[in-house]
This record gives sequence, C-alpha cells and structure tokens, in this order.
Amino acid sequence: MWASSRRGESVFRGLTTGSGVLVVASIALIGLFLLIQAIPSLLANQANFFTSTEFSTGDPDNLRFGILDLLVVTLKTSILALVIAMPIALGVALFLTQYAPKRVARPFAYVIDLLAAVPSIVYGLWGILVLAPVILPVNQWLVDNLGWFPLFSQGNLPVGVRGTIFTGGVILAVMILPIITAVAREVFAQTPRFHIEAAKALGATRWEVITMAVLPYGRSGYIAGSMLGLGRALGETIAILLVISASTGMQTLSLFDGGYTFASLIASAASEFSQPLPTGAYISAGLVLFVLTFVVNALARVVAGGKVNG
Amino acid sequence: MAKRIDLKDVDIYYGAFHAVQSVNLTVAPRSVTAFIGPSGCGKSTVLRTLNRMHEEIPGARVDGQILLDGENIYDRSADAVAVRRTIGMVFQMPNPFPTMSIRDNVVAGLRLQGVKDKKKLDEVAEASLRGANLWNEVKDRLDKPGGGISGGQQQRLCIARAIAVQPDVLLMDEPCSALDPISTLAIEDLIADLKKEYTIVIVTHNMQQAARVSDQTGFFNLEATGKPGHLVEIDDTEKIFSNPTEQATEDYISGRFG
Amino acid sequence: MSTALEAPDQPASSPPFQPISTARRLKNTSATVLVALAFLIACVPLVWILVEVVIRGAGAIFSADWWGRSQSGVNPEEYAGGVYHAIYGTIIQALLCGVIAVPIGILAAIYLVEYGRGRLAKTTSFMVDILSGVPSIVAALFIFALFVSILGAEQSAFMVSLALVLLMLPVVIRNTEEMLRLVPDRLRESAYALGIPKWKTILRIVLPTALSGTVTGVMLAFARVIGETAPVLVLVGYARAINYDPFEGNMASLPLLMFSEFSNPEPAGQFRIWGAALTLILIVMIFQLGASVISRFSAIQK
Repeated sequence: MWASSRRGESVFRGLTTGSGVLVVASIALIGLFLLIQAIPSLLANQANFFTSTEFSTGDPDNLRFGILDLLVVTLKTSILALVIAMPIALGVALFLTQYAPKRVARPFAYVIDLLAAVPSIVYGLWGILVLAPVILPVNQWLVDNLGWFPLFSQGNLPVGVRGTIFTGGVILAVMILPIITAVAREVFAQTPRFHIEAAKALGATRWEVITMAVLPYGRSGYIAGSMLGLGRALGETIAILLVISASTGMQTLSLFDGGYTFASLIASAASEFSQPLPTGAYISAGLVLFVLTFVVNALARVVAGGKVNG
Repeated sequence: MAKRIDLKDVDIYYGAFHAVQSVNLTVAPRSVTAFIGPSGCGKSTVLRTLNRMHEEIPGARVDGQILLDGENIYDRSADAVAVRRTIGMVFQMPNPFPTMSIRDNVVAGLRLQGVKDKKKLDEVAEASLRGANLWNEVKDRLDKPGGGISGGQQQRLCIARAIAVQPDVLLMDEPCSALDPISTLAIEDLIADLKKEYTIVIVTHNMQQAARVSDQTGFFNLEATGKPGHLVEIDDTEKIFSNPTEQATEDYISGRFG
Repeated sequence: MSTALEAPDQPASSPPFQPISTARRLKNTSATVLVALAFLIACVPLVWILVEVVIRGAGAIFSADWWGRSQSGVNPEEYAGGVYHAIYGTIIQALLCGVIAVPIGILAAIYLVEYGRGRLAKTTSFMVDILSGVPSIVAALFIFALFVSILGAEQSAFMVSLALVLLMLPVVIRNTEEMLRLVPDRLRESAYALGIPKWKTILRIVLPTALSGTVTGVMLAFARVIGETAPVLVLVGYARAINYDPFEGNMASLPLLMFSEFSNPEPAGQFRIWGAALTLILIVMIFQLGASVISRFSAIQK
C-alpha cells in the first residue's frame, strides 16, 4: 500500500556520497602519484636526499639533490612569519570581538578579510618593489648593531641585496595574518556568555575578562588558526619566488640569507619540466612539502578539537 | 478519507535508551485525540512515530505495530515517504518555506509529488486555504512570501499545506504553543471544523485546550527521569477531566503533580 | 597613585565602592591601546598595497588598448598593447574550474550535512580540511604528475583548471556546508511530513533556502582561485597573443603575464606588471563585492 520507487533517492544519495569519496580519494591520489613520480629520481639520486644541500638536476645521469637547504629556508621564513603575525592577529581578533563596537566590528573584520583576497603575486610584486627598499635600512641596522647574534649576522647575500629571508618572512606574515585572525575571531566570539558575565560580575576589567574567560576558551582555536597560517606559509610559492633572491652561498642561521623554499624552487624550475628524472627530483621536493603541510593541517584540526571549521 | 489508527504494544527506543514503553490505543476516524502529560513523558515521541518522522533521528527504533485501517505502517514493504503522504503533520513552530510564496507553500507537497497542472494547483490552494480558514485573509497576496504573515496565519498556512496533500490523518505537535491567545482560538476553531473530515491527533501542554478540542484524551507519564514514558490511561475527554480512573491522572489534572 | 597618598585621610571603614587599583587600570588601558594598535598595524599593508597598485597601475589600465588588445607584436620596450588575452585566460580557466568544482563541492557538502554518518563522513570532513591546506604548487605538481607525465596530456589551460579544482573544492564545500547547516531542521521536517522524499526536500527546499549563501561562497571561491600563480607556472606556457582554446596550446593569464614581464628589464615591463596587478585586483574585487551583495538576500531568518 505504501510501496514507492526509491530510485531518485538512491541515485541522489550515490551522487553526494560519491562526491565525498572523491575528496578523500583526491588526497590519497596526490600522495600516491607524487610518490610514483618521485621514486625513480630518488633511486637515481647520487646524494643523500635528506642531508644534502645540493640541488643539481642538469645531468640526468648524475642527479644530486637534497632538501636540507630548502627545509632550512622554508622553516626560517615560515617561523619568522608566525612570530610576527601571531601577536598581531591575537590583538586584531580581540579588538574585533571584544573592543570594537558591534556596528563597526563587521566592516572592520571585512577589511582584514580583504587581506586574504589580495592575490599572492601582488604581494610578491609589492614585497620586492615597494616593501623591500623600505626594509633594507632596517636590515642594515640590525646587521650593524646586532650582528653578533646569529639570526642577525650578515647573510650569504651581498650587502645591499633586498630579497632576504627577512623580507620574505614579513610578506608571509601579512599573508597569513587574515587566516589566523579569522579563526581566532570565530572562536573568541563563541566564548560562552555566562563565562564572560561571571567574570564581569566579579568586577573584572575588560582585560581581566579577556584573560579569565575569552583566552582560556579560545586558546586552542588561536593555536589551531596559527597552525593553519603556518601551513599556508610553508607552501606559499610565487610571493617567495619573487621576493627572496637566489643565493649560491651556504645557509647560515641568519635571517639575511637568500635561497629557495620547497615551493619557490619547484616554481623556479617549472619551465624546465621536460625530462622525467630531473622533474622527479622536484616532485620529490613537492612530496615532502605535501607531507609537511598535511601534518601541520592535521595537527591544527586536532588542536582545534572541533571548535573550528576552516 | 479519515482512517482509524491502532497502536499495539508499541515500544520506542533511541539507541539504547528506552523512550516509551508498551503503548496500546485506538483512535477513531473523524475524532480528535489529545495527548497530555509532563515534559519528557514521550507524548511527542509517540506522535512522531505515527508518521515515521522519528526515523529522522539516527538510532531511533520502534517495536510493535502501528496500524492505519489495519495496515501496518512499519511493514517491510511500506515506504516512510509514502506513509507521510497519508499522515500529515503540523509542527510546534510555524515553518512555511521561506523561499516560496503563500500559494507555492500550500501546494508544495503536491508539486513535489509531480502535479503540474496549474489550474488544479490553484484550485487545491484555494480549497486548502479555505479549509484552514485563511483564504479571506491572504487571497489578495498569494504571491507574497510565506514568511511575511503573522505567526497565527503562518500556522494556519502550515495546516493548509498539510491538508493540501489530502492526508487521511492529521498529527499536530503542540500547534498553538508559539501563538498568542487569539491565534490559538482560531486554530482551535479550525480543529473543530477539520475533524469532520480528518482523524486528528494533537499533542498539547495546555490542559484546557485538550478539554476544549478533543473527544478522547490520553495521559502519558514517566516514573522517574531515565525511565521510559508510558500511557497511563486513555478515555473520553469528559471522563478524564471529571473522573479519571488512575490517581496519577487525577493528580496531574488537578495540578498536584510534582 | 593618589589613593595611596590620601589613605591616612580616609575614614576607617572602607568606602562603599572600592575603586579599581591603579595597577589594574593601567594594565587594562595598555591592553586596550595595544589591541587597537594591532588592528591599525594590520590595516597598513592593505592600504599601502592598494594605494601603490592603484597609483602605479592606473596609467596602464586607462591606456587606449589595455582592455581590447593583446601583447601580440608588441616589443618589450613599447608602452603598447593590452591584456585582454590574459583576462580571457584568467576568466576561462576559473570558469572551467568552477564547472567541475561547484557541482562536486555542493554535492559533497550535501553529503556531509544531510547523508554523512560514521567513519566515511568523518574522513571526508578531515580530508576537506587537508585539501584546503594543500599548497597550490603541490596541486599543480599532482596534475602534472598524473595528467602530463603519466597520461601524456599536453600542458594547457585546462590542466590549470584541473589544478584549480583542487584548490576551489574545499572552499565551496566548507561554505556550502555552513549554509546548509543554517537551514532550520523544521523546514526539512515539514517537507518530510508532506511525504516529500529526502532528495527532493534537499533539492527543492533546503538548497533554495541556502541559495544566496551558497552563491556567496562560490563567488568567494572564485576570488580565491583567480589570482593563483603557481598552477599556471607549471601547467601552461605564456602566449602573447589570444588563444581561445583552453584545451590546446599556450594561454596567457594575468598572473602569468605579470610573471613573464618580470624578466623584462624595460620600464614598459613594470608598466604592464602594475597594470595587470590592478586589473587582477579589480576582477577579484568584483567577485568579492558580488558575494557580499548576494549575501544580503538571504532567505534564512536567524
């Protein structure tokens, strides 16, 4: 009596489930196919992939490539970016959720979000042509006065070259600021009302309300947002490629070195992807970058513990 | 059109939680049956099993039989979607579809079942709105959004939408709890009209309302939090409110309930 | 300060309202200043970039041939030609990407909200997060490895679109998911109660209710992929002339034009770079503005 055709239902359910599966599959396929393309080159590699600082792929019969320098430059730029962006993002998120009047909080938040809408090539352009000349005196001052400190010693670039890791880190900081802010803002805004009211009822000042209620509640979200920002910084390509100068010298601890990150090295060689073995060397570097960002993003999700969708 | 409902040894579970215990009752065609009882006693849960709406909650399960004119709506060959076409439902909060006009709201069910004939749809819309005592108030703005009328009108719009698919039974889950007294009165009058054609089961928190609109009243209760709810007794409304068999019913009716 | 000095003069009983101590007040004030300062600092680069790009790019975009000509036959040092070939490339690559990513993304979001239960749904949700963190260069390398190296396809604009799909998908999914979750359950229930099957309820009631939010999300997703540079570097060559065919040959796009003009030492190169940057930002802005306009027409009353 109540029999009915369920074909529409099962077709539609199949389509939606299939799309979900496709997303899962795409991640698996990215890892798989990068690996397949990397293995022959890794086997032909004459140098140690993890400890070598060379990256020479000109002669397919004598591939010598390692990721040590790439890793060092990538980490230096990304961590510098985090160190700059994290406190500012925290301040901005607190300002937007706890200080700014409701009426202006939305448009102000929109302004910060617009930072994320600027294409990265424009950041690169602005970074090397506009910001770098402005930063150069700061570079110089730090080298002259704090040069005894390893981070600020004269790097492997000639004096006066603008495209240092330091400049790159500043650009990255601007680029990841909206990411961290967006996540932190969302979590801070979710602070339960009764936590805030309880603190206020104790006679807490606004800042004390923040330290008693908002920060404890939002800390994990803030950290998760910072990790998402880190993930973005690790993989940023074109802005870094345009800003940071290549360098033949050794990597030191200095922030005034030049060099390549994983992403910028791959992009710099993209026009020469013709022979499989040299290309595979770059794909191996891409695989490492994929694994790095996978881990960082997965950790961010774990840290957030379901408070953040992002 | 109106049909009779029988519940035989109905037990309802949410996962491992036993929500309602062995309910047996009969609802006669063209009558109004009210379910009353304290919060959490399972009266809404029972109502939602009558058109298999509880299945939307993961883990929900029903044992026993629910028969509509002798046919088990939980029979293996019965499709929940088809069952719901036969047994309409009106909810606590008025919920017109916000993207649709008043007219489209009324005929939404028919249209999504594949009826395309515009003339037929217009006729059904008018008949259903008249049936819901709403026609005179909205006939000049049928193309306006369904969310743009008052709460009481929205609820009558939802009733019109439910009767437009010509169900055999109409379930109402506290249909007046979000409405003001005047709108409530309008809905109660409407229920009195609708029972000429439909079998109606209504859940209400308001005992006066149960006394005003229903022919038969069932009292649900639960012994303690965490225990399953059960049907204490069901009888003619007059008897329940004047001379109930069970002491628990008497206590609840007279307000001596904890 | 003053409270401590005046203490001897005060009555023995404590005043009815104890004033906040100076240290606490100072801390509160300095926190307020720092927090406001952080916001101002964050605004500096945005304003700075926009001003620079507008000042340096305005000359180019108001030049005669900018919107209607390509760079075909233009010498590096000439202040001539336009970017319509690159605008076409940017738009067509994004559109092809959208044609693939939008339906899949919406369907996946529907799966997550309406159907997904258990392990597969959790895994899917997790992988959406991972996908949104995949660097664009990695997405480009993957498409290169799979389609160009293994399947032997030629580099083309369509390959770029495929890489962009990976970047656009998570944005579409997350935005749509959020909108679908805002649709109140009572709308779904009342549709079910009318005997409407679940899939029709989703397509005819839930999606239309979430429509404006979903469209907003899609526009924002377009804004995100339109400026991507890494995929075009890896997956398609630059062409100075218009190429209408996304499946074959080299094709310009605004980022690729900017990148290739970077190696042009002539001042005219800079002229074109800043002009292209301004054009690109304008296109992104159109999508952003469109998104915020559409989001005003939301059918969901919160």
